[in-house]
Amino acid sequence: MQAFEYANPTTLQEATGLLSAQWGEAGILAGGTDLISLMKDYVETPKRVVNVKGIKELGGIHKSGAGLRIGSIVTFDELMENAAVRSEYPSLIEAVRGVSSPQIRNMGTVGGDLCQRPRCWYYRGGHGLLAMDASGKSLVPNGENRYHAIFPAAPAYFVSASSLGPALVALGAKVKLVSPSGNREVPIEKFFLVPQNAQGRETALQANEILTEIVVPTSKGAKNATYEVREKDALDWPLATASVALTMKGNSVGSARIVMGHVAPTPHIAAGAEKFLAGKTISESVAEEAGKAAVADAKPLSQNEYKVQLARVAVKRALLHAAGMKA
Amino acid sequence: MPDYSWPPMDQRKVLGKRISRLDGNAKSSGRAKYSSDLNPPGLLFAAMLTSPHAHARIKSVDTSEAERLKGVTAVRVISKAGTEIQWAGTEIAVVSATSEPIARDAVRKIKVDYEVMPHVVREDNLANVGNRAKAAGEQVTGDPEKSFGESDAVIENTYSIPVITHCCLEPHGQVIAWGGQKLQFWPSTQAVSTVGGDLAKGLEIPATDIRVQMDYMGGGFGSKFPSDRWGVECAQLSKASGGKPVKLFLDRATELTIAGVRPSAFAKIKVAAKKDGTITSWQSQSWATGGFGGGGMPPIPYVFTKIPNIRLNHTAVSLNAGMARAWRAPNHPQASYLTCSALEDLAAKLKMDPVELFDKNADLTARPDVYRSQLKKAATLIDWSKNWHQRGEGTGSIRRGLGLGIATWGGAGHASKAKTTINPDGSVEVELGSQDLGSGTRTIIGMVAAETLGLPLSAIKVKIGDNSYPPSGPSGGSTTVGGVSSSTRKSTINALVKLMETIAPSLNTTADKLEAIDGRLRIKGSPDKGMSWQQACQKLGVNAISEMGENDTKRTEGLNTGGASGIQMADVSVDMETGIVKMNKLVAVQDCGLVINPKTAESQVLGACIMSVCAALMEERIMDQQTGRVLNADMEFYKLAGIKDIGEIVVQMDITPEHDKKGVIGLGEPCAIAGIAAIANAVANATGVRVPTAPMTPKNVLAALNSGRNA
Repeated sequence: MQAFEYANPTTLQEATGLLSAQWGEAGILAGGTDLISLMKDYVETPKRVVNVKGIKELGGIHKSGAGLRIGSIVTFDELMENAAVRSEYPSLIEAVRGVSSPQIRNMGTVGGDLCQRPRCWYYRGGHGLLAMDASGKSLVPNGENRYHAIFPAAPAYFVSASSLGPALVALGAKVKLVSPSGNREVPIEKFFLVPQNAQGRETALQANEILTEIVVPTSKGAKNATYEVREKDALDWPLATASVALTMKGNSVGSARIVMGHVAPTPHIAAGAEKFLAGKTISESVAEEAGKAAVADAKPLSQNEYKVQLARVAVKRALLHAAGMKA
Repeated sequence: MPDYSWPPMDQRKVLGKRISRLDGNAKSSGRAKYSSDLNPPGLLFAAMLTSPHAHARIKSVDTSEAERLKGVTAVRVISKAGTEIQWAGTEIAVVSATSEPIARDAVRKIKVDYEVMPHVVREDNLANVGNRAKAAGEQVTGDPEKSFGESDAVIENTYSIPVITHCCLEPHGQVIAWGGQKLQFWPSTQAVSTVGGDLAKGLEIPATDIRVQMDYMGGGFGSKFPSDRWGVECAQLSKASGGKPVKLFLDRATELTIAGVRPSAFAKIKVAAKKDGTITSWQSQSWATGGFGGGGMPPIPYVFTKIPNIRLNHTAVSLNAGMARAWRAPNHPQASYLTCSALEDLAAKLKMDPVELFDKNADLTARPDVYRSQLKKAATLIDWSKNWHQRGEGTGSIRRGLGLGIATWGGAGHASKAKTTINPDGSVEVELGSQDLGSGTRTIIGMVAAETLGLPLSAIKVKIGDNSYPPSGPSGGSTTVGGVSSSTRKSTINALVKLMETIAPSLNTTADKLEAIDGRLRIKGSPDKGMSWQQACQKLGVNAISEMGENDTKRTEGLNTGGASGIQMADVSVDMETGIVKMNKLVAVQDCGLVINPKTAESQVLGACIMSVCAALMEERIMDQQTGRVLNADMEFYKLAGIKDIGEIVVQMDITPEHDKKGVIGLGEPCAIAGIAAIANAVANATGVRVPTAPMTPKNVLAALNSGRNA
């Protein structure tokens, strides 16, 4: 790990003042479960590490008329134990349960989950976010891509690592980003981006911004659920996940949000499946068809066709869970 | 000569009792200090630069910038200009510094110019390895062609299991202080008595100048015998730094890349049987790699070695990847997996219960009666008759299946010397240059001495982990328990005889008429004629008794022998939509002769079962042909099971008078063999489809299900 300056601000203003407009100058430390490993592997080598855990205003979960405001340094454990989250957003709870390490749930934060970098082994091995060889060609299509995207968006083949992202997209959340020059609110589906070149990033966060809070609109009774497919029950990354939020009209679906995780460089909205579900009553066969629609346009790589099936099953099972029908 | 034989089963006071390991509390509380925990005063840290290329020639190495870094005490080039590198991760240079960050920074300042050469790092497709394949000669027994032609049922399938690594939680490495003539060596090793000599050779100094000490070690599994290049370099760094202690342990990525692997095994197998299930013929074309050194043929057909007609062909594949090291039962888990998979497929073809098939063909093994009896015991424990069904008869999206695997191993004791000292104050110590790999060696040494002297275990001080103690063999091949129990038994009896000779006159008898029981020395047949242990030892005056004992591997006097057998059975549930396999239960029935401590023995089997679950369901070293590197040299994508993944594990040590009279047999390896086969067969039984590629991940299971469905 490269030596760095450590800053321990107590106010947001102080913290944003410690950041730089250029990437690589400063790193934001919350739980540290990702940043530290990136630094140990020299994938990131910030000159200054800014600890935001001491900033009170970044903490806490508050309910208001508009919904739920979740501070970015709220840990997975705090989120999981919050009564409002438990009662209204089972989808988030299930997504947090998927982070199957008590140590990471204890340390990891909501903001960190959204801002963590992809787990692509070429990226982590020093080949850059787009996993390029010396000639600028991606190593992924002809390489070991069993865990990569089935909805690739060339030149990006990695998958978004966020556990909460898909659920928050399905719930219509927004994130608040604060920089020395002001703040902005971004709908979370626009927070996740596909980098277009080697200098690009996978989120809208700028180098001098701090993600301060997530606002989840009130569910208004929307049925929501998350289903994860993992190889291991113990700590492991999911192979595919699906988060759904269903606004019901009587017994049938008024509108549906279906978002898949770990299948694309961003949480992936299954527009075809959403359209298919409108007006339908959830049943085993309807959920099955929705799963098929969700992956109809998947373009798996040489080794990850199996993930198409996993994503399809995840969508089906998330829908059945949301509808109270155990898959 | 005294009678060294083990006391009869029904007269044992300590042996055979379930006793918790002596160092359990120290380990679980963190008080136990492993070599990698040691931080002697003045400690320097070393870091190593390794090759990013899988095949390259070194054109130049420039260490000048690293040498100039403040805090750096020494820099050494390991692979000099002109060296041809054959795998990524090869040691290039090493640096010692006053802190770990400085050492790591310094390593990054070393400039190496490589001439990159073509590499081959994958062997799954034999057609792609070119001249890296080296065929071994064909071996033929009987008349395979004729026999296949006359058989009633034939199956032919290709099965494979990938390279896995040892993944020791405490990585390879050591702390060394080399000031003056004497070199102090604190390694993480499986070979306390021999690793010093190995290091001495590398340093070209007398072995007598090296003192080896190691109290605890965090996993070796066969990969920690030599002193290795990093041992030699660590010593040289210490010398070059004025004799200050230097700590050099591999980082996780290097540990998984160069510190040893278990070879892969691929085989196209054809097996035939008569209608009644009698196996008549076997044919296999196998290939394997253990890295640059190629990979030998697993011993197939495994256990059923007396199949009358056999044709074997094998190809060793040399890859630009880190070398193989012994991995808990070298080549046996692979052989068991290949053989039992093929035999289970044969049973399915015959619509026969595989337990029946194994039982029917037990005469083709070296120990028919033992296997028949173990098949029955395991089947009872897993309720086979109730839970087994014909392959693929399950319904629904979650399907349950049962499978079995078989194991054999040698495990006779290694050469070992022990010294038992009885002090005038009654205290007793046993010293051996052995090591406790976590299997309970400390505890069983103490138990043997306690049993022999008629004392409680707490009265015995066991001293191991030091090459100044009498030499004892490396812990490999499941040889430790047989070796150290026999040498301890003999040294302790020899010491006891001396004590008896000292006190016999005061009891008006001779030493051979005395026995040591319940803290007393007394005349056999006259329990009230004797004295307490303390009184007896006081008669020594000022002189302690100190006696040696040796396990002579050519003449073990019935104390230990080889030849362990085991059967494991697995019960799994497979999610047919996701291909996820969940362990319900794994049953292990294992004999290992006389079982000194059933509790630590069971622990060892439990550990082996967990390793088998890992290898069967998730473990795989993933090589990238483009970059030539290991992609998952971490504990994130090098997947190992957690508590929630292992299911219920039931261990039954096969303790019987027949096994017991064979003496002590090693256990580490035999129990780490059959589990993978059992789990793979359970998956086939559940899904109705053979998953030909281990591990049984969703990727591999779904691929098999989809190809099966399309068939």
